[in-house]
Amino acid sequence: MKTLNFRVVLFAFALIFGVVFSIPSIMQSKSGEKITLGLDLQGGLHMLLGIKSETAIESRIKSMAGTIKYIFDDEEIIFDDLRIVEGKQITFELLDKDDVAKAKTLLKKELPGTVLSENGLKFSVEMTPKEAKRTKQNAIKQAVDTIRNRLNEFGLAEPTVAKQGEDKILVEVPGIKTQADEQRIRELIARAAHLQLMAVDEDRAARVMTMNSNEAKKYGDVILPDVYDEQRRYLLRQIPVLDGSKLTDAKVGFDKNNQPVINFALNGEGSKIFGDYTAKAVGKRMAVVLDNKVYSAPVIRERIGGGHVQISGNFKLNEAHDLAIALRSGALLAPVYVMEKRSVGPSLGADNIKASSLALALGFVLVVLFMILYYGMAGVIANVALVGNLFLIIAIMSLFGATLTLPGMAGIVLTVGMAVDANVIINERIRELLHAGKSVAKAVEDGYDKAFTAILDANVTTLIAAVVLWAYGTGPLKGFALTMGIGILASMLTAIVGTHGMYQWLMPKIDRKKLGLWFGIKTEGAK
Amino acid sequence: MEVFKYKKPLSLMSKSKRFGVLSLALVIISLGLIFTKGFNYGLDFAGGTLVQVHYEKKAPIEAVRKAIAQDKNYESASVTYFGNDNEIIIRTKNSSKALGKDMGDTMRELLKGTGNFEIRRVDMVGAKVGSELREKGLMSLFLAILGILIYVSFRFEWRFAVASVMALVHDVTIAMGAVVLFGIEVNLDTLAALLTILGYSLNDTIIVFDRIREGIRDIKDPDLAGIIDESVTQTLSRTTLTSLTTFFVVLTLFVFGGEIIRGFSFTLLVGVVVGTYSSIFVASPILMWLGFSVSDFREKEAAKLKREKEKEKMRAMYENGTL
Repeated sequence: MKTLNFRVVLFAFALIFGVVFSIPSIMQSKSGEKITLGLDLQGGLHMLLGIKSETAIESRIKSMAGTIKYIFDDEEIIFDDLRIVEGKQITFELLDKDDVAKAKTLLKKELPGTVLSENGLKFSVEMTPKEAKRTKQNAIKQAVDTIRNRLNEFGLAEPTVAKQGEDKILVEVPGIKTQADEQRIRELIARAAHLQLMAVDEDRAARVMTMNSNEAKKYGDVILPDVYDEQRRYLLRQIPVLDGSKLTDAKVGFDKNNQPVINFALNGEGSKIFGDYTAKAVGKRMAVVLDNKVYSAPVIRERIGGGHVQISGNFKLNEAHDLAIALRSGALLAPVYVMEKRSVGPSLGADNIKASSLALALGFVLVVLFMILYYGMAGVIANVALVGNLFLIIAIMSLFGATLTLPGMAGIVLTVGMAVDANVIINERIRELLHAGKSVAKAVEDGYDKAFTAILDANVTTLIAAVVLWAYGTGPLKGFALTMGIGILASMLTAIVGTHGMYQWLMPKIDRKKLGLWFGIKTEGAK
Repeated sequence: MEVFKYKKPLSLMSKSKRFGVLSLALVIISLGLIFTKGFNYGLDFAGGTLVQVHYEKKAPIEAVRKAIAQDKNYESASVTYFGNDNEIIIRTKNSSKALGKDMGDTMRELLKGTGNFEIRRVDMVGAKVGSELREKGLMSLFLAILGILIYVSFRFEWRFAVASVMALVHDVTIAMGAVVLFGIEVNLDTLAALLTILGYSLNDTIIVFDRIREGIRDIKDPDLAGIIDESVTQTLSRTTLTSLTTFFVVLTLFVFGGEIIRGFSFTLLVGVVVGTYSSIFVASPILMWLGFSVSDFREKEAAKLKREKEKEKMRAMYENGTL
């Protein structure tokens, strides 16, 4: 007597595989590959960010202008009227004809990726188109890295930050508890953290309250407000002494009044520039500017070496902590804005899990009962395959570390309904053949044979829809397509091969006289 | 248990004109609804902001409306119950690009005096993303249909493919019509439901077609209507049974699956019913109206078989060294 066959062995292996690899996900154990719950099930923040990459070019130009000023001063080249035009061009004038050759060589060396055009002693510097494109791309890449660093330093579990498409950034942060926390995280991401140390234009500072920004521009100045008092304004040199790119570390500290402050350290180059500048500018004010707001503008009393600078303000401890993170992880070269945002609170996520699990369980029970009632043992066999199918879906998703979303749950529920479809088709065929008076063995074999093409064609077409949805869908929809796709493939193994194997294995026990028990039919065709 | 016992074929094709008229009427009504009343595009496709607020007790919806109206930006906001009395949804067409303070944060402040609440969901879709999603959605529907058309042509014959796709378009159109009629909000999940209907309804149709294909080979009488009647009757129990199991499951999803996926489960519910109807009463008559001829098909199949046999014979001769 033949007891086991390759089909039932294959199915048994698949079942064991399914059970073993679903254990970590079902038991929620610490180790092992697990299914991650989507943000709609565990709660969290999903955002698609756009980026204003033109700003990266503007700030790059600004920093180039700073470099020009520094090297000309350093090499004692006399120049005048250094200014930025429309955020993309630097113009200046050299006063000594003998400096021209030297200046040109220096600029070529120090500012790669730019073109220098001259008109007499007037010069203008612009980025090459290639360099401009590179700068934009760099800004996106840098934004992704910076946002990731900030979120990691904030101490959240497994945030995802990834570039999406040409110029978008996908941010997913699971496990946020309250909406206030979420706002804090959003602010941390949004923070440009653009630090500048700027000289106050002491010659004209007295007139700042009556000056408008156009007039200030004429002098190569900008007017920036105080962070706590919008009415208070400062007239500052447009080109900063230093910016955040020369910063190496930022930490929260406390001043003598026990008020939180941020201490930051400059790198070697930054320290040198800072030391040189403060030596020259004793008695003048220097403003600490963060994201175009003036935090403080102390008078320089003596040369400051060592490169340690402090930002003080009326910080709350949280605020200082987040600001230090932002400064440490670097400035965003270009500001980001929200294109799409979805946030789900943890309690809603829990409700979603409850509702969809209930639907899954109920749907499952209904289908299982129906199959037993209608088909008898044939229904039981189909149900075993269905259970195997569920385990396989969970196991495969666990192994790939796939994300289970709410539509994904719906996909599984739907698979339950569709997976038994194959067995219904097969069972109906077998019944037909039994009615026609075929022996049980022959009916089963022919039934599988004839049902196969129908099941295959039907499954492939459903799979086509799932693949299209997966390729074109975003976020949660991908989850739906994924579970449905895996479910269909798994059902080919469980519902066709698995049940076939079970019939062959049980064949010696199937009694032609007990077709009511085995296939749920009374047949007059029995001979 | 056995409900459907095959005795003699139902005479379906003789009544096919009646079903044709019914289907045509349903499709025209649906199209009319779609073009006059139009879709109620939800957040995903229209853009805007949605805030879901959960109150400890029954939500004071009037107080909420008043509180929100304090802010000029939200004058046109709509406030509705969501699923149960404790839950409300506030919707506006506005979308803000700012990361720092969003509508959820503003609502938290505006609603302060209205009782104990928790903001459970804030979704914002910018107008640009919305139109992008809409384009992608239409594209995916189109691509899915195209893929199916190619596959079925390859596996059957072009008339089968055209008939099944027409049945699909029929199903999706009627499902869309129902969505418009009941004012269901169209979001990404509705689209997913429509794509599932595509797959599902086709599933049913293919199984009937598979039987017809088999019938064409096995049944002696070359009368297509007779073959179709017989094949449809033979698969009737299967079609009804699986539709029933799927219907159960979708119904539990509709009743217990929660408000969020209601658009999805409703669309599916309609789709399952229409899909089952169309695979029994619509797809096969189309096949007949397209002028499918059994004898031509048989000749073609026979020619194909003959060619294959000849090839084999040549190969055998070649291998035996007789060629």
